[in-house]
Amino acid sequence: MTTARADAVLDRLGRVGQFLWSGWAGLAGLALFAALWQAGHERYGDFILPAPLATLAAGLTIAADPAAWELAGQTTLRAVEGFALAAFAGAAGGLAAGYSPATMRLARPILTVLLGVPPIAWIVLAMIWFGSTDGTIITTVLVAATPVVFVGVAEGAVTRDRGLDDMARAFGAGPLARLTTLGLRHVAAFLFPALTVALGSAFKVAVMAELLANTGGIGGALAAARANLDVAEALAWVLIAVTGLIVVEYTLVHPIRSEFERWRNAARPWGVKR
Amino acid sequence: MTRETTGTAPSLTLSGIGHAYLGRTVLDAVDLSLAAGEVAALVGPSGCGKSTLAHIAAGVVEPSRGRVARRYRRHGMVFQDPRLLPWATARANIAYPLRLLGLPRRERRERAEEAARRVALDRADLDKFPVELSGGMRQRAAIARALAIDPDFVYFDEPFTALDVALKRRMQDLVIEAARGARFGALFITHDLMEAVRIAHRVVVMDAQGRGIAGTRAVPSEPGARDDGTVYRLVAGFLSDDPLFRHIHDIDERRTQ
Repeated sequence: MTTARADAVLDRLGRVGQFLWSGWAGLAGLALFAALWQAGHERYGDFILPAPLATLAAGLTIAADPAAWELAGQTTLRAVEGFALAAFAGAAGGLAAGYSPATMRLARPILTVLLGVPPIAWIVLAMIWFGSTDGTIITTVLVAATPVVFVGVAEGAVTRDRGLDDMARAFGAGPLARLTTLGLRHVAAFLFPALTVALGSAFKVAVMAELLANTGGIGGALAAARANLDVAEALAWVLIAVTGLIVVEYTLVHPIRSEFERWRNAARPWGVKR
Repeated sequence: MTRETTGTAPSLTLSGIGHAYLGRTVLDAVDLSLAAGEVAALVGPSGCGKSTLAHIAAGVVEPSRGRVARRYRRHGMVFQDPRLLPWATARANIAYPLRLLGLPRRERRERAEEAARRVALDRADLDKFPVELSGGMRQRAAIARALAIDPDFVYFDEPFTALDVALKRRMQDLVIEAARGARFGALFITHDLMEAVRIAHRVVVMDAQGRGIAGTRAVPSEPGARDDGTVYRLVAGFLSDDPLFRHIHDIDERRTQ
């Protein structure tokens, strides 16, 4: 029993180490991107494209300012609130649609309409409804992120293995037991990629909505940088937004997802493993 | 010794079972009764509805007509494909029905390992995911899953069709051994008459159109006690002399389920 536990701990440590080690590949990719950026800088000059190091320095200056943290926090809070609402609404709706074909048939055209309206139009509408408040941003994020989660979860629920459902029924599982032991577990594999995309778009839409609705946050700071023609500061804000996203993605989304995908990883040949 | 359905109280009774998919009748007026501890092989041409009948008996499918009376305590089921949860280890898969029964984790683990031992599944393989196991290992895990709940009745729905000949034989021996050791009755669906004769006390032949049971033949001596020569002779006799088995190898693709 104790050896089994020790094995489990070792196994987990090994997987954490593997995950951290895979960070080198990510760093290499980022370094390549920075090199291209530097090349662009050397070709077009400081005004169009400031050097990556200069941008980083500007970013660090902003990061040293507590007021800037407040702005970033404001944006993060709005994005996360909208994202949480979207995740809940999308997951609940997607599950209902995946399990009930009638709901799916009703939801599909609504989804097409929602996706067809450009996000910019939602910002205008939300500004009319809520004025320059958090409500505008959260509504826009909600509308932009919900369909992604909905489609992912519905797809997961539709593609569930009915053979497994029958197996569980043969062993006496009721509808609730089948949902919790089979359905949700299967849907989770579809939910997490959808949540990653939704979180990314939540941040992007939040910044965009802030810029247009002039409600402070990172978007407001970007608007100010544009007004001052301060390219370095604008890029620095972009850098900060992207960094925030990367941190959330690699400390939260990826570890949870790889925990759910252990079995898939087990089947992969060595070279393909992350 | 041959068992007849009339001696002891039946463990499973199907009366007047009928079923239709999208308005097309696949089963009609099927009556079948199995004695306690009896292993019956249900054979019939491809697409005659024998799988559907097993699913109805096991409670997976609701019949359109008729009644199912189960007088056993608890049943397990082995399907044609292993139907293991891809995200769970072999051990967790074997323990899955125990989890449905709400047993504590420790007991689930012990009983799963015991069941794995009975089907000669290696301890080292229990921590592997189904994708890492070979086809035979997966089917072993599926059998262990059915045995883990300590059933007194097991449904086998063409469980070894996808396996190669040598593996099939070993699996059959495993089932014969397990049925003898645990004294469970079984309804064994197969289209392989050789398999039916090796494993069962009684061979039940289904009507080619699913309209009831065409007939039944008791197989002499006990499963496991028949050597290969006996099995071949019995099968050859059935196929050449017995009119009951005339349509057994007919295939009607329109009705495959």
